[in-house]
Amino acid sequence: MKHRYKKGLARKAIAMVCAASALFGMAACGSSSADGEKKIRIGIKYDQPGLGFKKSGTFEGFDVDVARYVANQLGYTDAEIEFLEAPSKQREAMLQNGDVDMILATYSITDERKKAVSFAGPYFVAGQDLMVRADDHSINGPEDLNGKRLCSVTGSTSAKVVKEKFAKEVQLMEQPGYAECATALFSGIVDAVTTDDIILAGLASASRGKLRVVGKPFTQEYYGVGIKKGDTAFAKQINAAIEDMIKSGEWERAIEKNTEGTDYQPDPKYNPPTPDEGE
Amino acid sequence: MEGFISLFRSYNIPGAFLVNIELTLWAALFSTVLGLILVMMRISPVSSLRKVSAGYVELFKNMPLTIIMVFMVLGAFAQLKLSFSDNFQTNFFWLAATGLSLYTAAFVAESLRSGINTVPKGQAEAARAMGLNFMQSATLIIMPQAIRGSVAPLGNTLIALLKNSTVAAAASVATETSSLMSEMIEFRPDVIIQIFLIFAMGYVILILPIGILTTYLSNKLAVRR
Amino acid sequence: MGNSDESSLLFDQPGPKGLKRIRIINWVATILFVVVLVLIVLRLHNPPDGENQLSWELWKPALDGEAWSDFYLPGLWATLRAAFLAVIGSVVFGLVFGIGRLLPSRIVQGICAIVIEFCRAVPVLIMMIFFWRAFAFLDLPSPSYWAVVISLVLYNGSVVAELIRSGVGNLPGGQHEAAVALGMTRTQSLMSIEVPQAIYAMLPAAVTQLVVVLKDTALGSIIMYTDLLQESRRLGSMYFNILQTLVVAAVIYFIICWLLSRLAEWLPVRMQQHTLAPTEPEPVAPIAIMDPSNVNQIAVAKEGRPLGGSQRLYHVHHRGTNARIHGWRRTRYVQGYDETQPQSQHVPAEHHMHHRSKGAGGR
Repeated sequence: MKHRYKKGLARKAIAMVCAASALFGMAACGSSSADGEKKIRIGIKYDQPGLGFKKSGTFEGFDVDVARYVANQLGYTDAEIEFLEAPSKQREAMLQNGDVDMILATYSITDERKKAVSFAGPYFVAGQDLMVRADDHSINGPEDLNGKRLCSVTGSTSAKVVKEKFAKEVQLMEQPGYAECATALFSGIVDAVTTDDIILAGLASASRGKLRVVGKPFTQEYYGVGIKKGDTAFAKQINAAIEDMIKSGEWERAIEKNTEGTDYQPDPKYNPPTPDEGE
Repeated sequence: MEGFISLFRSYNIPGAFLVNIELTLWAALFSTVLGLILVMMRISPVSSLRKVSAGYVELFKNMPLTIIMVFMVLGAFAQLKLSFSDNFQTNFFWLAATGLSLYTAAFVAESLRSGINTVPKGQAEAARAMGLNFMQSATLIIMPQAIRGSVAPLGNTLIALLKNSTVAAAASVATETSSLMSEMIEFRPDVIIQIFLIFAMGYVILILPIGILTTYLSNKLAVRR
Repeated sequence: MGNSDESSLLFDQPGPKGLKRIRIINWVATILFVVVLVLIVLRLHNPPDGENQLSWELWKPALDGEAWSDFYLPGLWATLRAAFLAVIGSVVFGLVFGIGRLLPSRIVQGICAIVIEFCRAVPVLIMMIFFWRAFAFLDLPSPSYWAVVISLVLYNGSVVAELIRSGVGNLPGGQHEAAVALGMTRTQSLMSIEVPQAIYAMLPAAVTQLVVVLKDTALGSIIMYTDLLQESRRLGSMYFNILQTLVVAAVIYFIICWLLSRLAEWLPVRMQQHTLAPTEPEPVAPIAIMDPSNVNQIAVAKEGRPLGGSQRLYHVHHRGTNARIHGWRRTRYVQGYDETQPQSQHVPAEHHMHHRSKGAGGR
């Protein structure tokens, strides 16, 4: 009797476990909404304050603002926009699979990437720059970094560029994210953080006035809108929308809103850019 | 095959393994010392020492090593300014070694404690009957016998330590194997399987002898009743 | 196994002088620890070149409702999801390969042995990095999630397989003998009699391994899986209070792992009612090749001598490395349990106190 009861119990437990594991297994797969509803899926960053950041269920940042404007021009209301996270290494894959329709995630236009995806834009020209503590005036450019310490994110090429081209004696520290680099900068164990200037401005504006961007970008990064390879019609529409945004002043306002608190000005030699890629 | 050769030529793979081995050796040394101290504290008559040791072991056994590594860099180095050297790489190496030893010391203490449990009660009773005080009976009678029974878990702990040294990547040690592996895959994605096989085989070659030695020693010294 | 058991034997009931000395040392030690803690806290309060780490301004964003609902709880959910799937997968993997390593066929044993030893020797982080990049190249959805799950399944599955093998190995020999006497084949005896008992015996060690699974999901943050650690890093990047958010994440990890460890300590007594193998787990999971903890040292030490010191009632010829159904005679000989072969009973002179001697008592 006891044996039968136990057997039944064991079977039920196994069935529950199988069901739960099937549930968890499926929960990982991305949800592809094929329900006929008009939706546009845009890939952004979730963890870059000032550019693409997810906060309490809403999204804010310069990339997000540009994405919203472009989607509105394409005929989608705000409610029909779905933002997805596009981590740096998966951007090409997401576009090729069709997980997203476009990507605005500090996506630099390079020839290497053009082999896999197409670009529209550029909608911004960033440049690599340095962020230092607000009261530190000894660093005014990458050449001043000899003998100092520099932090950047693992896998980014920014720090290597500085070391090779400008300051051979600089000591490099790699951290997995900008938060750790900024903490290191705050606490004094590094003297500068390097990455694209608008990302730095976003970080600095959240830093309660303790960090400043040096303001002398020494490279050019063309931020483009990643789209599926070969889709020239879509590129034309997006470029028109970006031009519209620049003309109407929205572009300028978006930059100011997202870098509030710092004196950040985008590099005037290249900004605002002429969007003509992908056509 | 050319894939393998070109990889070895362009990247310093043995150097990376050497960094991991160095980390392991230093961490093994410090964690053994610390583990011995902890276990002595655990069995001592002073109740505050017992509590502190038990608390330490509980804390570090239930904490992921990644968090400990990140704390070493962002907490100990950044806030407490615990710095071993001005050179970043050396500094991070020692921070990682410290984190590893703190973490492993808890497991060493547990292994030694289980070894003490294999010593027959009669030994301790006899030591007491002979009039030995705590330090004497612990160091002369109990611990030497306890080490016999703890060879197996200690060997397993050493192997776990060698494998955990890869987590030093979370402490920004840029030259060790997992960081090097990420970098290699980044630049040579076509030979990803060869890269994995190189590192996997490297670790297998390092770990198998330690395992066999542990088995042999533990059988030789096995506690028999 | 309370500390009173171990420690109270090592020192006599202290007399008045001893008590005084212990009390002094107690106080000194307590004061020392408190002083060190206070120094650390002061340093955090006033770090050179840094911000006051104890200020509420830094702690509030790490603790308020938004932090919990947007970062910690989703991260915790991601961690638990990965851990749950990894546990189920590793149990299945462990059962398949562990039983495979015990089956009578040499080929099956060999293949399973190679797979298990490989998965045990490769560090989990290396496996995670490889699978992550491989899945990203093959364009699979959520590559970091599946990389974390599969690496955890491979590693912990191999540990579970070894636990099953040591569970079978630690069974008294009579189990297999009785099964064979009843006419069962080796495989039948394995599946009906020995493995079920081994599963009960390994449950406490498996729960400890569950703690390891949870701790290893934190490695997922190195490959950008958005688990609890990664989410707390993100929260830290909003207000630059990463140290505080990490402390909260560490506390959450600690509480969950600690609860599981309590469960693992409560289980052995319950499980012992269902199995004859020792259920007390080894302190560290078996990783060494041909795992020596097949001989559960703690269990051996705890065995009593029934009938006041006479020969043990049941042969222990299953104890030893590579617990196999056959080959027990050699293991028994090597381990020194075969008294009919006096040359195998040799114990080196230094270890004379442990010789199975004719001396009285000891227990």
